[in-house]
Amino acid sequence: MADPVLECAHLRKVYGDLVAVDDVGFAIEVGETYGLLGPNGAGKTTTISMIAGLLDRDGGTAAVDGREITTGSTAAKAAIGLVPQDLAIYPDLTARENLRFFGKLYALGSDLDRRVDEVLEIIELTDRADDRTKEYSGGMKRRLNIGIGLLHRPKLLILDEPTVGVDPQSRNAILENVERLGTEGMAVLYTTHYMEEAERLCDRIGIIDDGTIVAEGTRRDLVALVGEHGRLHLETSGDASAVVAAVSEIPGVESCTSVGATLEAVAMDASRVLPDAVLVVTNAGLDVHSAEVSEPDLESVFLHLTGKALRE
Amino acid sequence: MIRAALLIMGKDLKERLRDRSAIILAVVVPLGLAFVMNLTLGPVTEQSFSTDVAIHDADGGPLAESFAAMLASIEDEGAITVVRAETADEARALVEAHDVSSAYVLPAGLSEAASGGTDAAILVVSDPDQPIGASVGVALAQAFASEVNAVRLSVVTAAALGAEDPRSLVEKARSGTAPIRLADERIEGRGFDFATLYATGIAVFFLFFTVQFGVLSIVGEREDGTMPRLLAAPIPKSAILIGKLLVSFVVGVASTVVLWLATTLLMDAEWGGSFGVMLLIVAGVTAAMGLTAAVATVAKSAEQAGSITAFIVVVFGVLGGTFFPVSRVSGAFSAVSRITPHFWLMEGFRRSSAGEGIIGILPSLGAILLFAAVLGGIGLVRARDLVRFQ
Repeated sequence: MADPVLECAHLRKVYGDLVAVDDVGFAIEVGETYGLLGPNGAGKTTTISMIAGLLDRDGGTAAVDGREITTGSTAAKAAIGLVPQDLAIYPDLTARENLRFFGKLYALGSDLDRRVDEVLEIIELTDRADDRTKEYSGGMKRRLNIGIGLLHRPKLLILDEPTVGVDPQSRNAILENVERLGTEGMAVLYTTHYMEEAERLCDRIGIIDDGTIVAEGTRRDLVALVGEHGRLHLETSGDASAVVAAVSEIPGVESCTSVGATLEAVAMDASRVLPDAVLVVTNAGLDVHSAEVSEPDLESVFLHLTGKALRE
Repeated sequence: MIRAALLIMGKDLKERLRDRSAIILAVVVPLGLAFVMNLTLGPVTEQSFSTDVAIHDADGGPLAESFAAMLASIEDEGAITVVRAETADEARALVEAHDVSSAYVLPAGLSEAASGGTDAAILVVSDPDQPIGASVGVALAQAFASEVNAVRLSVVTAAALGAEDPRSLVEKARSGTAPIRLADERIEGRGFDFATLYATGIAVFFLFFTVQFGVLSIVGEREDGTMPRLLAAPIPKSAILIGKLLVSFVVGVASTVVLWLATTLLMDAEWGGSFGVMLLIVAGVTAAMGLTAAVATVAKSAEQAGSITAFIVVVFGVLGGTFFPVSRVSGAFSAVSRITPHFWLMEGFRRSSAGEGIIGILPSLGAILLFAAVLGGIGLVRARDLVRFQ
């Protein structure tokens, strides 16, 4: 197995009496998208600021592409692309000039112009490349903000809440771009307080609250970790009580009940159980009119772990 | 590091040129102000005094001729312009119309009365709306009368003492030079002419504003959210600071050089020798950068830094004599003014304008660079706090 692109452990940052980040650690593999999910003020931005070399840490270690990252380590920084939460573009420059400026800072050299054109294509700003960015819509600015982070083909792309304040259409475009980056082999660290984004984009998720990672793993791991179960809801053509016993025998099903033609089952992995349950019902001579699976989501996991909602 | 600093400088200069703020504050406003002040205040304060007077000679005698000759000689000096009036009423009308500041009416029989020892009077009609001209008019008449009285007393005394030919004494007195002459003379040497005072004063005053563009843009990058991206780039942190300082330096020097050339060509300002002027400009820009850097390290925002700097710059500008020569104010004020870099810049330019070379402006250069070192040192010591991402 290849070395992780990012490896950090026991990160700690203290401001006076406030411990902003404490004992945070995780690793991100090549092509993996890691989500840092937590409410505002949980310590997400402080954590990524230490990882990006913006902020000195008070404890712990962090290495990107095998190089220790500090505020002064220019070699490690070259492997990182940062997309800050606030728009980090110059309004009196055009998109092309913004990209060229940052491309030169990253010493892209003779590849600069070609790469700028590529990125403009990716973020769909080729037609407006030579307009000053102060004339752009919010969504266009957001896309350029991401494009600058991608410009030098970083091994690790850090996106800090990139969809905050973005309209639904632009938000979807941003999420599609991030999904594609993962498939192209880039390691992505994605912070968000939107549960749906973390579920959609991230291979693994660290749930952070009060500066500490309270749980980490795949979405399924997290759900399993807190023992939440999915629910299976079937509307049949007859008396569902006839199949309750058979459905209860399906592996993973914890319990099964029926009310008239309605069958309700509780399962560890309701989606996986669904095909077997439908098969049992149809084998019993009943038709399935509708089926619905209610999975536990990260919102409920966060609620379970911290006692508060993500958007608090 | 130098490459990154130059990149940041180039980017900042492009931005400043695009939004035109630097050009307006650094060149257009100070140049315009220098022109306006020179046009409006220059003539009042700099031109030689001159006033118009009228004379009506109803006497036609030797005394009247002598008075007219005196006025003519003063007219030749350029201090007055003499208008002839045909009648006493016309002379009065000229005064009432404010065409002249004074009118002299020499009545018939004036010469005869004066030589006969009886009462002789020159009537002076004055315009109260031209107080200086009127005072000069009265003073000229009084001086002439005193001179006449002195001559008559001398002749009478000489005759009493047995002079052989009193009439020849009178002729000698009449043929002598005019008794009164006005002369305009200035002390040569180290003073500014007004075009140069306004040109250098305004250049120095605005220099401390224009230099802000670079240093305060560090705070601006934080506020605009671009500082994290610069700090995340694979460049030394010091490259950001140096890039911004270079912007301040380039904008400060370029704007002052433009003002120097423009006021020299268009206003006939005399800044002095090129090398000395350049040294003073560079020293002044360095001092301004030091001041701005020191302020930026304590300010919470670019707006606050701008306000603090503006306050300091205006106070220093007034104290330092950028609007009027410090030599015209009291000793205490003059002493306090010496703590400002503005005073030493103006002193340096004054000496340079007076033709003094590098040796002459060395004390000014030393004082300015000391100021730059102290405040710039504070700025550099706290530079770590300045270039931060939040």
